Amino acid sequence: MKEIYLDNAATTPVSDEVYTELMDKYKNIYGNASTLYGLGRESKAIMENSRDIIAKSINADPDDIVFTSGGSESDNTAITQTAIARKSLGNHIITTAIEHEAVLRPCEALEKMGFRVTYLPVDEYGNISLDDFKAALDDDTILVSIMTGNNEVGSIMPIHEIGEILKDHQAWFHTDAVQAYGLLDIDVERDHIDMLSTSAHKINGPKMIGFLYRRKGVNFPSLIKGGDQEEKRRAGTENVPAIAGFAKAVETITTEEKAHRQEKYLKFKHHIADKLKANGVEFEINGRITEDNLNHVFNIWLKGISTYVMQTNLDLAGIAVSGGSACTAGSIEPSHVLVAMYGKDSPRISESIRISFGRYNTIEDLDKLVDAITKIVNRVKNKGVKM
Amino acid sequence: MIYFDNSATTKVLPEVLDTYNKVSEQIWGNPSSLHNFGEQAFNLLEQSRKQIAGLLNVHPDEIYFTSGGTEGDNWVIKGTAIEKREFGKHLITTSVEHAAVRNSFEQLKQLGYEVTYLPVDNEGRISIADLKAAIRPDTTLVSIMAVNNEIGTIQPIQEAAELLKNYPKIHFHVDAVQGLGKGIQDQIFNDRTDFAAFSGHKFHAPRGTGFIYGRRGRRIAPLMNGGGQEKNQRSGTENLPGIAAMAKAIRLVLEKEPSAVETERQIKQLIMDHISKFDKVTIFSKNDDTFAPHILCFAIKGVRGETIVHAFEKQGIYISTTSACSSKDHAESGTLNAMQVPDDIATSAVRISLGDHNTLDEAKQFVKVFDTLYEEFDKLS
Repeated sequence: MKEIYLDNAATTPVSDEVYTELMDKYKNIYGNASTLYGLGRESKAIMENSRDIIAKSINADPDDIVFTSGGSESDNTAITQTAIARKSLGNHIITTAIEHEAVLRPCEALEKMGFRVTYLPVDEYGNISLDDFKAALDDDTILVSIMTGNNEVGSIMPIHEIGEILKDHQAWFHTDAVQAYGLLDIDVERDHIDMLSTSAHKINGPKMIGFLYRRKGVNFPSLIKGGDQEEKRRAGTENVPAIAGFAKAVETITTEEKAHRQEKYLKFKHHIADKLKANGVEFEINGRITEDNLNHVFNIWLKGISTYVMQTNLDLAGIAVSGGSACTAGSIEPSHVLVAMYGKDSPRISESIRISFGRYNTIEDLDKLVDAITKIVNRVKNKGVKM
Repeated sequence: MIYFDNSATTKVLPEVLDTYNKVSEQIWGNPSSLHNFGEQAFNLLEQSRKQIAGLLNVHPDEIYFTSGGTEGDNWVIKGTAIEKREFGKHLITTSVEHAAVRNSFEQLKQLGYEVTYLPVDNEGRISIADLKAAIRPDTTLVSIMAVNNEIGTIQPIQEAAELLKNYPKIHFHVDAVQGLGKGIQDQIFNDRTDFAAFSGHKFHAPRGTGFIYGRRGRRIAPLMNGGGQEKNQRSGTENLPGIAAMAKAIRLVLEKEPSAVETERQIKQLIMDHISKFDKVTIFSKNDDTFAPHILCFAIKGVRGETIVHAFEKQGIYISTTSACSSKDHAESGTLNAMQVPDDIATSAVRISLGDHNTLDEAKQFVKVFDTLYEEFDKLS
């Protein structure tokens, strides 16, 4: 039985062209990019070419791209190192209640160190309010970290408006674009972004590689200390094959391709919703179906069916979905995103699943998913078992 | 003696003076000293701060003690200009502010800042549309008085606050020197006001006392640098007797506030109803909730303000000219001039300003004296 993979917000399969690139570079380009002989220079050239491709994808200067081990490292660096470098300018940080753990955990750690963190609330659609943001912004604010789009319900944050407000404020503006990078047109100049995190494995690239965009003038000590790699901004021998693979993945997500995927995934959502409805499955959407969302994420509340039961039964049927973000799915921790949207007492917290689409999904996959969900729901309900 | 000049200053209350004396005699340690004696003083200082914060419903760390209203206004205005100079050098205020505000801005103008003075209508009030139009990307401060000291206009502080919610980086300062105990605390302490300046001697506390409210998270550069008192924001050994006395005065004035506002409104109405019957009288103040209860400004055509003041003084009634109109030199900056009141009427204006001790009987005596004097003035002119 072929596995149906509908958990692309957790991670994505490496694409064929990325795989080919990785194999080629791992085999042939093994020189250390910091060495001066031919092999090293070749590695360096490939790395810098990759950096150019990646910089262009967010309209950045290649000098401002720092390769990291991925989204978590980029977020941790942006948040913790900014706080350390700027504590003389103030002790206030603004973020949202629905950030990825890679943002929330460092913020909580900073709170223990005496920083004041404002977690902006969200409405039932997972949207923050600009008024709340404006009310929170202070003279003490040194960092604003707001995700481009949410990983569990797909809501998109008003990044451009926030960037406009912050462009003449001392606070640096960081956005976690890990989920949005493969779907939205990102422009650090247009949106006045100072720092931006991405991860390759969310866009069919290799794991453990990503970058942190750092605008010129955004200076702080490296989180990983050691050699002088990445212009002293991130120590560690550069993973040139992974960087080349990352660039390969970035090349495929052109502006047109991103728009195309957004459109395709929107249709996917409607397709699933329509079919579930036709099958008489009781469900509600967590968030909403709208063009202004990251459409690869579809989070639904299957009324009366616990997340655990649904996920396990779908797994038995060979279908991979998530019970929240991948980082919380393995535990019984409720999704902090759904809690922020609906309150901790809502049945949605324990009866929802996240379906997330990727490049290789087809309508047939969705049909199989809907059939499986329908069967599971009917089986559970006919048994009269409250699960 | 009838004292109708409470906007100039007020008499220190006996119980407030009692606190002042007791603290002076018994707790004269320096709050910064390490010994017991200093600690005792420090505790009283923080207790006073807590009490004031509690009465005004703000956090204790949002209260900073100053030497009075003038210092408070100077500090917030220049402190903002200095603190935010990298982000912009444009400041907004109104054309009817007290000299402590206006001259702070004038000094900043000489230092290269740009200042927009908002015009006012014929009641001395700014328009929110004008404020909105004046805001620029490089604006760092909007400073608006709560109550005009010359004619009593209440400015649209809440509407300005609503507008400024869209401009979170701008500091919003309210000169509230005339506003305490006048039934408008909610307007002054709205959720967008960043700073407000107060003066003790306007509410029966001793001279040389005052405080500013400074919202958490908002920063201004200190003007008084030194030993680092007031969380490093306002150096100088704390005037503890004055501060404790002021805390008491605030409690007393707020206790009396509802009845005082009502009585002041009644006195003002009685006088207004009476003097409005005379041909040569022009009244600039109103007695609804768009004007403070305690200030009444009027003119008697053809008689100079100084003449009116002295004539009442001879009868034992103390009123004042509207500060800015008393001298031709300053005429262009006065509230009445900003309202485009003709010069000959503006120079004939006087101000009655009431306090919580004034009575309706005093109002009745006032109108009797008024009748006599008006007759004399009528003959003169």
